[in-house]
Amino acid sequence: MTPPPVVLHDLTCVHDRHPAVHHLSGRFAPGSLTAVAGPNGAGKTTLLRALAGLHPAHEGRIDHGGLAPDQVALLPQAGTLDRGFPVTCRDVVALGAWARMGVFGRLPGDDAARTDAALHEVGLAGFERRLVGTLSAGQFQRVLFARLAVQDAPVLLLDEPFNAVDARTAAELMALIRRWHGEGRTVITVLHDLDLVAREFPETLLLARDPVAWGPTGRTLSAENRLRARLAAEAWADDAQLCRDAA
Amino acid sequence: MTRNCAGTRREVIAHWLIEPFALGFMRRALAGCMALSLAGPPLGVLLVLRRMSLTSDVLQHGILPGVALGALFGGLSLVSMGLGGVLAGLAVALLAGWLARASGGREDSQLAGVFLVALALGVAIVSATRGVDLAHLLFGSVLAVDDAALLLMAGAASVSLLGLAVIWRPLVLESFDPGFMRAVGGHGGVWHLAFMGLVVLCVVGGFAALGTLMSVGLMMLPAVAARHFSADLPGQVRASVVLALLSSVAGLLLSYHADVPAGPAIVLSAGALWAAGLLAGPRESFRARVWRPHYRG
Repeated sequence: MTPPPVVLHDLTCVHDRHPAVHHLSGRFAPGSLTAVAGPNGAGKTTLLRALAGLHPAHEGRIDHGGLAPDQVALLPQAGTLDRGFPVTCRDVVALGAWARMGVFGRLPGDDAARTDAALHEVGLAGFERRLVGTLSAGQFQRVLFARLAVQDAPVLLLDEPFNAVDARTAAELMALIRRWHGEGRTVITVLHDLDLVAREFPETLLLARDPVAWGPTGRTLSAENRLRARLAAEAWADDAQLCRDAA
Repeated sequence: MTRNCAGTRREVIAHWLIEPFALGFMRRALAGCMALSLAGPPLGVLLVLRRMSLTSDVLQHGILPGVALGALFGGLSLVSMGLGGVLAGLAVALLAGWLARASGGREDSQLAGVFLVALALGVAIVSATRGVDLAHLLFGSVLAVDDAALLLMAGAASVSLLGLAVIWRPLVLESFDPGFMRAVGGHGGVWHLAFMGLVVLCVVGGFAALGTLMSVGLMMLPAVAARHFSADLPGQVRASVVLALLSSVAGLLLSYHADVPAGPAIVLSAGALWAAGLLAGPRESFRARVWRPHYRG
C-alpha cells in the first residue's frame, strides 16, 4: 500500500476569523508516521479535521493526491460521540465498510468477516452484540480502532487516541498503529505525551497555531522549539490586526 | 356454574372492550390512531436520540399558522389545511435547523421563541377567519374522523413509515456519528432534511385527530417511554409502536366509557404507560434503581 503524499499549501483554517492553523505548508510523505504536538489551542484538532475534510480551508489548500474522502480515515477525539447511543459494537465496527456497502447495499461478505476479525484484533472478541453504552472508555476506543481497521484507508488521522485509556490499552493500540505504519499507510496522530512521541514517532509537527517545526522528531522536539511552542500566545488577541501575509 | 362464569366473563370483556368498536365512528377513530401509532413512534425514537424532542413540540405549534391560512383561503377542507400545515411545518423545521446551527447547538431558547410566535400567529389568523372553530384546530376531534381525514392520516402515516424505512440506515449513522458520515463523503444534511419532512408529514397527519396542541402525543410519549422497555434501537422502536397501539385502544375505550374527550384520553393513556415504564419498567426505572442486586462478575 503506497498512498500519495498529503501536501499542505499555505493552509490557514479559522474559527470566527481567528486563525487556528496559520500559514502551514509541508508534506506528509507516503507511509510516514507523524506526531502532531503542541499546547492546547494550537490548532492540532483543527488541522486533523481539515485533513479529513470536516473543516474548510480559509486560505491555501490541501492536496490529497486524488484520494477519495473515505480513503482518509479520522479517529475523533474521545468524548465527541454519544456513547449512550443504542447501537451494538458490531454495527459500529461494520460502519467502517460504509464506502463499500453504500447507503442501501448490504455488507459484503468479506467485510462481515473483516468486522469480526477487527473486533478480535482489538481484544473485543465476544463483544459483537454488546451495546456501546455498556463499554468502558478504553473499550469504546478499541471499538473505534476496529472501525478504522475495517475502513482500511491508506491515510489515518488519530486525534489524541490514548486520552482516557489505561496504560495496557494504550500499549495495545500503539501496537496497532505500528502495524498500520508497517503496512505502508500514512499515519498522522495528535499526541500530548512527548516521551511517547520521542519513543515511537519518527516525524513530528510541532504547532502553536503558527507552525514551530516539522521534521525528524529529535530535531523538532529540541529544547528551543519546545520553549517557543510553550511561549506562543494561547488566547485570541481581541485587538488582533488583520493578517496580510498572504495578500 | 363454571360455564356460566366463563360466559359472564366473556360478556364483560365484550361489553367493555369489544362493543364500543361496533360503532362506525369508533372504528374509524381506531383505524386512524393505529395508522399514527405505526408511523409516529419510530420517528419519535429518533427525535429523542437526536436530542430533538423539543423540536417536535415546536413543529406541532408551527403548523397552526399554515393550517389557519389553509382554512382562510381554501375553506374548511382538509386538503388545503393539510397542505398549509405541511408548508408551515417545513418552514419551521428549516428555521429550527438554521437556529440550531447558528447558535452552536444551544437553540432551546430560540425554539421556545419560535413556538410561542407560531402559536400566537395561528390563533390570531384563526380568530380573524369566519367559520373556523379554534378549539377544533387546537384539540382535534378523533371521534369525528370522516373518510377524508382517515385518508389523510393513513396516507401521511404510510408515506412516513415507508420513507423512514428507506432513510433508516444513513439517518441512524448521522445521529450517532455525523462527523464520520461527512468524512466518508455522505451528505448528512440531506438525510436530516428528509427526516424532518417525514416528521412534519406525521405531525400534520396527527393534527386531524389530536389537534395542533397534542398532535405529537402519540409520537413522543411512547418514544420517551420506550427506553424503559428496551436497550437497543430495534427493541425501542418495537416497544414504542406497541405502547402507542395500546394507548390508542385504551384512550378510545376510556373516552367511550368515561365520556372523556378522545384526544386527551389517548394522550393521557400514553402518559400513563410512560409513568408505568418510569416506575416499574425493566430498564432505567425507579424499580430497577431500587431493586438491583449485583452480579458476581
